[in-house]
Amino acid sequence: MCNSDSPNEFAQKLDNFIDSLPNKKENLIAILHYAQEIYGWLPDNVQWHIAQKLDIPSAKVYGVVSFYSYFTMKPRGEHVVNVCMGTACFVRGAEKLKNELENQLKIKAGETTPDNLFTLETLRCVGACGLAPVMIVDGEVHGKMHEPQEINEVLAKYRPEG
Amino acid sequence: MDIHLTINDIPLTVPEGTTILEAARTINIDIPTLCHMKLHEMHYNNNIASCRVCVVEIEGRRNLASSCSTPVMEGMVVKTDSLRAIQARRAMVELLLSDHPKSCLTCAKNMDCDLRKLAAELGVRTIGYEGVESEFEIDQSSSSIVRDPNKCIRCRRCETMCNEVQTVGVYSAMGRGFETVIKTAFDLPLSQTACTFCGQCLAVCPTGALTEVDQVDKVWKALNDPNQFVVVQTAPAVRVALGEEFGMEPGEIVTGKMVASLRRLGFDRVFDTDFAADLTIMEEASELVHRIQHGGRLPLLTSCCPAWVKFFEHQFPDLLDIPSTCKSPHQMMGSLIKSYYAKTLGIDPKSITVVSVMPCVAKKYEAARPELGQSADTADVDIVITTRELARMIREASIHFDHLKDQEFDHPLGESTGAAIIFGTTGGVLEAALRTAYEMLTGEALEKVEFEALRGMNGIKEAVIPIAGKDYRIAVIHGLGNARTVLEKIRAGESDYDVIEIMACPGGCIGGGGQPYHHGNMEILKSRAAAIYREDRAKPLRKSHENLAIVALYKDYLGEPYGERAHQLLHTSYTARRKI
Repeated sequence: MCNSDSPNEFAQKLDNFIDSLPNKKENLIAILHYAQEIYGWLPDNVQWHIAQKLDIPSAKVYGVVSFYSYFTMKPRGEHVVNVCMGTACFVRGAEKLKNELENQLKIKAGETTPDNLFTLETLRCVGACGLAPVMIVDGEVHGKMHEPQEINEVLAKYRPEG
Repeated sequence: MDIHLTINDIPLTVPEGTTILEAARTINIDIPTLCHMKLHEMHYNNNIASCRVCVVEIEGRRNLASSCSTPVMEGMVVKTDSLRAIQARRAMVELLLSDHPKSCLTCAKNMDCDLRKLAAELGVRTIGYEGVESEFEIDQSSSSIVRDPNKCIRCRRCETMCNEVQTVGVYSAMGRGFETVIKTAFDLPLSQTACTFCGQCLAVCPTGALTEVDQVDKVWKALNDPNQFVVVQTAPAVRVALGEEFGMEPGEIVTGKMVASLRRLGFDRVFDTDFAADLTIMEEASELVHRIQHGGRLPLLTSCCPAWVKFFEHQFPDLLDIPSTCKSPHQMMGSLIKSYYAKTLGIDPKSITVVSVMPCVAKKYEAARPELGQSADTADVDIVITTRELARMIREASIHFDHLKDQEFDHPLGESTGAAIIFGTTGGVLEAALRTAYEMLTGEALEKVEFEALRGMNGIKEAVIPIAGKDYRIAVIHGLGNARTVLEKIRAGESDYDVIEIMACPGGCIGGGGQPYHHGNMEILKSRAAAIYREDRAKPLRKSHENLAIVALYKDYLGEPYGERAHQLLHTSYTARRKI
């Protein structure tokens, strides 16, 4: 996601990926994963392009994207912060953790900070129940997130220096 | 292999693979359904078991089973009428109603709504569930179809029709759980998608989620405007279906009563689109001959169907040079009324309102296409209403339809032959064209005018017809999915057809999206087609070029078929559009 390529290079990369697949139509989900990896999100025009490339209706692509919560149709920030809302985390204060993150980032879950640095999202169990409650930043798990100070320190690691 | 089972204590034997629903129907037990719909002839099978209305009890199974998706098994004991099954069914309908607008009294689908009918049949008197109600925007962006997702029950019949039969793919289920709704790509208004407006989605929609754009009041307004001369024309397929709206048997021909009712409604002239169908044959046959003689591109594709036209503009924008340039018959008629007929009457075309009664919702969109008119403010056709809308006008005017005495169309644009009437069913346009082309090319009289190979409900019909020493390869296609198959062959250079007729709706115009609802009964369509051929046989003239009014029109006004004035008034052009 932290990619400095230009949009044209994104499109080229996506096309190369699609062209490399033997059964394109059967691989819609894999293609969407890849597209989201390079673009960070799935804008309408990228979905449309995939539909043309695979010769399937754009409505079908849009339907699949809207079905899976992993896919996003909103631009995301440079870093994605996820709060686990699974049962173990929930009973150990995931709600409080989410509220604290909303406080510190000054956005609601599902939103992106105005400087495009952080997107806050929630997800279900990540299998790190022993560390509950956990937050995940760009795939890295941070456990036992109870204190506002600890949360602030984690976020600080992802802020640009100075 | 045969399977033995009992349903409601009645023993029966059915072939393996039969569903409980189908098995029950063989012994006249009609389990109610909402989402299930199987239209064998169209290769349409909506079998997603989402509504759960058809649940039945099976001995030895803990849960109720949806009968539409459960195949029979040896020794199965099924109860469709147990208290548990009936209560579950009623609960399903109550749940659907809990998230459904309660505006049935004023809903356009009112008496035709399967959900309303089912609620009545199941004796739903209260809705025992209270919960969130969906709030979606109503899409009124197009001239043809209104989408009200609030009335959608997620049966996905429209999606199956659009994706699998028509291969247009405008609709898809979006989201998940309670939020699921059938939408267009990126929530675009229908007018900005590749929707062809064929209206087959609304022909199978069980509720008021998909309906036609209502133009009835516009017609009333025109009829009540003393400064407007209001002319109406009726398509071939309307007269074999309109009677159904008044309780008559499908396939009853009501041409005379329809004309009488239109006069009673106050139209100044009642003309017949059949006249323009004869005219279309003259133009299209001449265009074909011109292409053959001048090395033009073949095959020639018919262009009477506006949904088909929009389909190729979106899906095959690289093939815009193969469809005939002929306007569709009702557009030709509108164009003539506002030129030739206006001149005959000595009135300003601007004070003429042309109303078309069509079996079709795409014709509404077609009439609004900017290129189809003499100028920006003089459209060929001003208002299009469907067969259903005309029936409503007749009821609104308190006309007792079945007591009307038959009347004739007005002259001269009401004259037609049997070749014109068969435009209303699949294969008719080409059969009519062959009756004329044969005599044009051989100079001999055609004795047997019926071309049986072009008739019937097969999706793709092919024939080789020898005329004057040359074999003509022709195909008749209905349903846009079938059209796609053949168009892809043409694109790949693998087709050797000379002429192809294409209609978007399965069955042709008799099965149009503006016809009385068939509620899944394909026999109705077959009865309408049979009526079309009966009407053809009853006509004294059965070849378009024998229509004396057509002969006079060319002599007095148009000049040569496919000539300069004909081009100006009767031909059109196409636009490449985006596939979305």
